[in-house]
Amino acid sequence: MSKLYSVAALFNTPDDIMHAAAKVADAGYEKYDVNTPYPVHGMDGAMKLKSSKMGYYTIAIGLTCMSLMLFFMYWVYNIDYPQVIGGKPLFPLPAFVPIMFEITVLTGAVLTVAVMLIFYFKFPNNAHPLHDSGYMKAVSSDKFGINIEAEDSNFDLDKVKAFLSSLGAYKVDEIYFDEEEANTKHKILDTKFVFGMFLIAGFTSLSVYLHMNKVLYMPPFDWMLVQHKVTSQDKSDFFNNGISSREPVKGTVARGFMPYLFTDDPEGAAENLVNPYVADEENIALGKRKYLTYCSPCHGDLGKGDSRLKGQFPNGPTVHSDKVKSWTDGHIYHVISEGQNVMPGYKKTVTRKERWAIVNYVRTLQRALDAKEEDMQ
Amino acid sequence: MSTIDYTKNEVNVHGNRSLKEIDDLIVAPLDRIPDKRFFIAIGFTSTLLLIGVIGVALSLYYGTGLWGNNNPVGWALPIVNFVFWVGIGHAGTLISAILFLLRQRWRNGIARFAEAMTIFAVITALIFPIIHTGRPWVAAVYLLPYPNQHDIWVNFNSPLLWDVFAVSTYFTVSLVFWYVGLIPDFAVLRDRATGKIKKVIYSIFSLGWRFSNRHWQHYEMTYLILAGLATPLVLSVHTIVSFDFAVSILPGWHTTIFPPYFVAGAIFSGFAMVQNSLIVIRKVFDMNDLIPLKTLETMNKIILLTGTMVGYAYSMEFFIAWYSGSQPEYFTFVNRAFGPYSWAYWTMFSCNVFIPQLFWFKKIRTSIIPMFIIAIFVNVGMWFERFVIVITSLSRDFLPSSWAYYRPTITDFAILLGSFGLFFTLTLLFTRFLPSIAIAEIKAVSEGAQPSHHGGEDHE
Ligand code: HEC
Repeated sequence: MSKLYSVAALFNTPDDIMHAAAKVADAGYEKYDVNTPYPVHGMDGAMKLKSSKMGYYTIAIGLTCMSLMLFFMYWVYNIDYPQVIGGKPLFPLPAFVPIMFEITVLTGAVLTVAVMLIFYFKFPNNAHPLHDSGYMKAVSSDKFGINIEAEDSNFDLDKVKAFLSSLGAYKVDEIYFDEEEANTKHKILDTKFVFGMFLIAGFTSLSVYLHMNKVLYMPPFDWMLVQHKVTSQDKSDFFNNGISSREPVKGTVARGFMPYLFTDDPEGAAENLVNPYVADEENIALGKRKYLTYCSPCHGDLGKGDSRLKGQFPNGPTVHSDKVKSWTDGHIYHVISEGQNVMPGYKKTVTRKERWAIVNYVRTLQRALDAKEEDMQ
Repeated sequence: MSTIDYTKNEVNVHGNRSLKEIDDLIVAPLDRIPDKRFFIAIGFTSTLLLIGVIGVALSLYYGTGLWGNNNPVGWALPIVNFVFWVGIGHAGTLISAILFLLRQRWRNGIARFAEAMTIFAVITALIFPIIHTGRPWVAAVYLLPYPNQHDIWVNFNSPLLWDVFAVSTYFTVSLVFWYVGLIPDFAVLRDRATGKIKKVIYSIFSLGWRFSNRHWQHYEMTYLILAGLATPLVLSVHTIVSFDFAVSILPGWHTTIFPPYFVAGAIFSGFAMVQNSLIVIRKVFDMNDLIPLKTLETMNKIILLTGTMVGYAYSMEFFIAWYSGSQPEYFTFVNRAFGPYSWAYWTMFSCNVFIPQLFWFKKIRTSIIPMFIIAIFVNVGMWFERFVIVITSLSRDFLPSSWAYYRPTITDFAILLGSFGLFFTLTLLFTRFLPSIAIAEIKAVSEGAQPSHHGGEDHE
């Protein structure tokens, strides 16, 4: 249904419009507006408008945000994560000034414009009956217009038209609008809107999924997973034997290690080596940890020979055999250090103390799996 | 295009056009399919852009090892380019904000264009620090203070962080300022538009503007406020950029003259760039009376002024280096002028200090070809200024054992070319799709636009 919005008159020159605006204001109309292609100097006075209050918003917003920023920086440096940087105090005010200034300008500018758009231009409900009218097209280019709204308390169609013509308007129009269209009630359940929302939701989920699961694992986004360097276990083309790192020179003694005197002499080891560590709780715990790391893959968690290797390597035999039980600590120590046949030696990776601790742990296992009556007490 | 009489010296911005003709003239490039000149130009600039894109893509894939950056010279070309481009942007804000506050009417014809250049220059500049981080997709977030799983914040004491705030504020505020200025012009376009799509787009961007005086009132006030905010902002931006250097202790960087010296240099090079582009634009789009020779001459005067200021800064730096009695400082400056980078130093010095002095001659100041060439020299010189500052100081600092000579690689140059490509492509697209002259502003200062009994002449 069409409804009268206003009567709009067009004028040719800025002088005419100044004169007309003053007359309309004097005649006591309140709901009227002047439309000009550019701001006409002195029009505010003619229309008797109060001066704009935008400046107050800017000051208030700028200062508020500046204080918030200052407080934020204080909070970060003094409460949340205090740390001294470059020997400066925790609250270096001069160093905060540049940021405070920038924040004042940033928020002052952006929010002032937001205030203007939202409070004064009624964004986003800014559809207006004047849009798309011949009147609008004229005032956007080179004409000067004034329009008096039908809602004004003094409004009387014929009188207003006559009045405006008498002011020298070259054209006076009635402007109508469609009430249904001007309805600004939110139409949340509108199918197009709902569909659009679903589309956005789908798109967002998909892109987040792809981003987190695919893109971030592709070079160059993959946190430098692929690098031009030799990592452990890599084959290297550089050396003839294909090993990426060099073996130490024969006789090298690593820091914290002692040279082993009984290589190829298990009997000597069995006779001469004495376990220097008491099998106390701490030592056995260390032995357990090391056993589980180094020995259990082949010999099984409890040393029963139940390897986890599933045939990839000859199974380590049980350590509960009578043979091993009858060995001295020194002999087991020798096997751990030097290996035995296919079993590799561990003297390069496991320290002396740890090897003895493993021995103690093996002894503990042997005793635990074959516990006698008196052990229970 | 008819022949242009460049000797004619129009005093007014507007010529004698009616309001309607102003609309038509400014909007014309948007309505017609551009001619061959436009396509040649954009073909050229987008080729440059493509070269840059390839350079950046390679750098991101293989890493920044493709650049010449070496151990003492870790900042190198990316920072040189960053400072250069931010500087270019400053002229735009100066024209649109400072000259607005100073009520310089000649600015109206070029303000919109200069602002657009600001925005494009800052976009171009922002690329450099971002790619310099090597992995921008992570770095971009680390630059901002946001709550994160590392439970750690950015360093508010660092000039580099100030820079993040300064440049991003500068970009945002320039964009807002520019857009606010565009709103009425979008409305003009909306009301002229015939095609449906154009109409929808312009309607959206015009934000329902209807030239109401009740709006103009707040609009003008807001514009004034934005100009008022942008003015100290633009001065702060290059000041803070100069802090990146001045707050460090490197000889040649650690000087208090840097902030004013950088700002002057920024305006100097920015004006040269705007002048160059305007000459092209007014020629291509027949806008000789909207951008009169008088405007260009005024710009040349500013170039002369700021060029002389920059020259003063160069000399003062030398003087202070000697006067301070600090040996590394003194060495750095002698090294600049006579060391391995003396070629860069003297290029800078002659382009920035000697050549612009030609603008003392009115004949040169008012003839298009010479002024165009001089402005190009100015930009070359200003690029070298940043090169000299960044590279010479880094390559030879306190510790002679760590000195090294820096040489940019082909990738560095590709990215530099690309930055010019990006900037000019954006500028060309802008002239094609948006009114490159502020319609409402020009109308407001055209003859007879203001009511006679108010002596509309003094209105801005
Ligand atoms: C790579 C698999 C493997 C690992 C790991 C391993 N072993 Fe062995 N171990 C074997 C094999 C195989 C034998 C049998 C060697 C042979 O044929 O004489 C063996 C033999 C032994 C023997 C002698 C048993 C006997 O009956 O002769 C003892 C004791 C022993 N290992 C202890 C350990 C200890 C302690 C560790 C941890 C430090 C360990 N092993 C780690 C594979 C392994």
